[in-house]
Amino acid sequence: MFLDSHTHMVSRTTDDYERMASAGVVACIEPAFWLGQPRTNVGSYIDYLSLICGFERFRAGQFGLRHYCTVGLNPKEANNEELAEAVLEILPRYALKEGVVAIGELGYDEQTTLEDKYFRAQLELAKELALPVMIHTPHRDKRQGTLRSMAVALEHKLDPSFVVIDHNNEETVREVLERGFWAAFSIYPFTKMGNERMVEIVRSYGTERIFCDSACDWGVSDPLAVPKTAELMRRGGISEADIEKVTYGNPLAAYGKSGQIKEDDWLNPAPIDQRTLYMGNSVLRGGQTPKVGAAATAPAAALGDLKIV
Amino acid sequence: MTSPKRTPADLLSSWVVARSSAAAADWFLGQIERLKTSHSEKDVYLALGYATRKLGKGDLELKPEERAAAAAARPYWDPSDWSIDQAARIAFVLAGQARDGKAFKTRLETLFNTADVWELIAFYRGLPVYPNPGEHVARAREGTRSAMQPIFEAVAHRNPYPMEQFDENAWNHMVLKALFIGSKLAPILGLDERANPPLARMLCDYAHERWAAQRPVSPELWRCVGAHADAAALQDLARVLATGSTLERQAAALALGNARGPEAERQLRAVPDLHAAVQAGKITWVGIAHG
Repeated sequence: MFLDSHTHMVSRTTDDYERMASAGVVACIEPAFWLGQPRTNVGSYIDYLSLICGFERFRAGQFGLRHYCTVGLNPKEANNEELAEAVLEILPRYALKEGVVAIGELGYDEQTTLEDKYFRAQLELAKELALPVMIHTPHRDKRQGTLRSMAVALEHKLDPSFVVIDHNNEETVREVLERGFWAAFSIYPFTKMGNERMVEIVRSYGTERIFCDSACDWGVSDPLAVPKTAELMRRGGISEADIEKVTYGNPLAAYGKSGQIKEDDWLNPAPIDQRTLYMGNSVLRGGQTPKVGAAATAPAAALGDLKIV
Repeated sequence: MTSPKRTPADLLSSWVVARSSAAAADWFLGQIERLKTSHSEKDVYLALGYATRKLGKGDLELKPEERAAAAAARPYWDPSDWSIDQAARIAFVLAGQARDGKAFKTRLETLFNTADVWELIAFYRGLPVYPNPGEHVARAREGTRSAMQPIFEAVAHRNPYPMEQFDENAWNHMVLKALFIGSKLAPILGLDERANPPLARMLCDYAHERWAAQRPVSPELWRCVGAHADAAALQDLARVLATGSTLERQAAALALGNARGPEAERQLRAVPDLHAAVQAGKITWVGIAHG
């Protein structure tokens, strides 16, 4: 079983859901983010948050995945002050919706004054509601932005065990772990992390508070990144217990602090869920072993099929 | 001395309390009291947001006497398949009604507009117990347009609101959509009472579309055709009788039993075993729905 803790499923097709389910992904988390272009008004945000708490959750259930989300104002759109103020006004309405496992994605993009203001305001909201926080580390000036994000979270007295720092790389991981935060790695073609590098990270840093996700979205990305990375780790001699932590147990423990995601949701769902929203994961019925995607269903997938460069 | 009649809100509260721990029941009753007088929208959101966290999502599983009380408090009201949190959420929505009758609809619309999928199901199921029933027709129709089957069914199934409030066009499209999305007709209340000639025509057209595409036609479709079958519909029923599966033939016979005129009578007499089964009440629409 895999938990992909960073997926923008609103941008993905039904084929992706089917491939994820057949590769053993039982649950995914959809962090609120921008659309690839800026929103122009708060109504657009309301519809988006309703979508990821509503239809997308339903859609995932039809393919046997449980779907969760995070809600928050992302740092790019924090720079539109009028929009940002209005979003902060409506966020409390969504923060306690069912399946909302964190406030996020938060953090910095260009590290502007407005980004800083709304980052701090949302950290306070997360603290008030005892929800975890998902921090998106910046693409540019990454190391500095990551350090600053953590310093501000600590300044606001957040418990680092409630904060996930996502999109780490070799340059940020050590300091994130040293400070007691969760370190997530987005396995991504071309930028961010390739999954071979991820295997090396686990060799070097172990599995304490480390996990990986696909961050699949509207760009070039791979919704099977988590199961493929697991398979690479297996071939690289990493133990099953360690693979389980990095691809399932750790993200479940981190976001489970919200009380809104638990193993029972997919292993033993409430009868009323089973009747209405969740069609179950057919692959896992009857004790079958999940497979690593269509590419890997041949007797043994070629190593090249599993690598994400 | 008889006790005063209990309102749906009273019943919802009593069901939730009876199924909750002492601490959860205290929390629930505290929220109800607060919402009766509070002017804060945030109080409503927090109560609704914490409902599943505090009370869980267990099935309500009403006892027979509780179901009877529901129908006594509000004719045709059937919350037998609700969950505990749904009952609590509707109790929260209703708690503010005495204070602000006019604002009720405004608040309800806002709640619908920012609801998660689970809340949407609850709010639509609550339609029959909201004040000023005529004001919620547009919202109810929005529910029947949903691409999410459980939301469609929250309006359509075991809910007396559509049969009481929908005009003919809304009603007909709800029934047709139920078939279209593979939902059952049997749990729709008022199916036989609200059957009408345009619906019979729409359903026969739909059957023809399905036949042309060589796709199966739900045997339940014929339930809303029988009483209003014209000559063309009778031909369709004859086709089903001649070529359908066992279940389809039973449905056609049952529909013909409801149809008027000598042609329907003649068709039924031509299938004596089915005719006898219809007359003996051995074939029912509920039985056909469950295959």
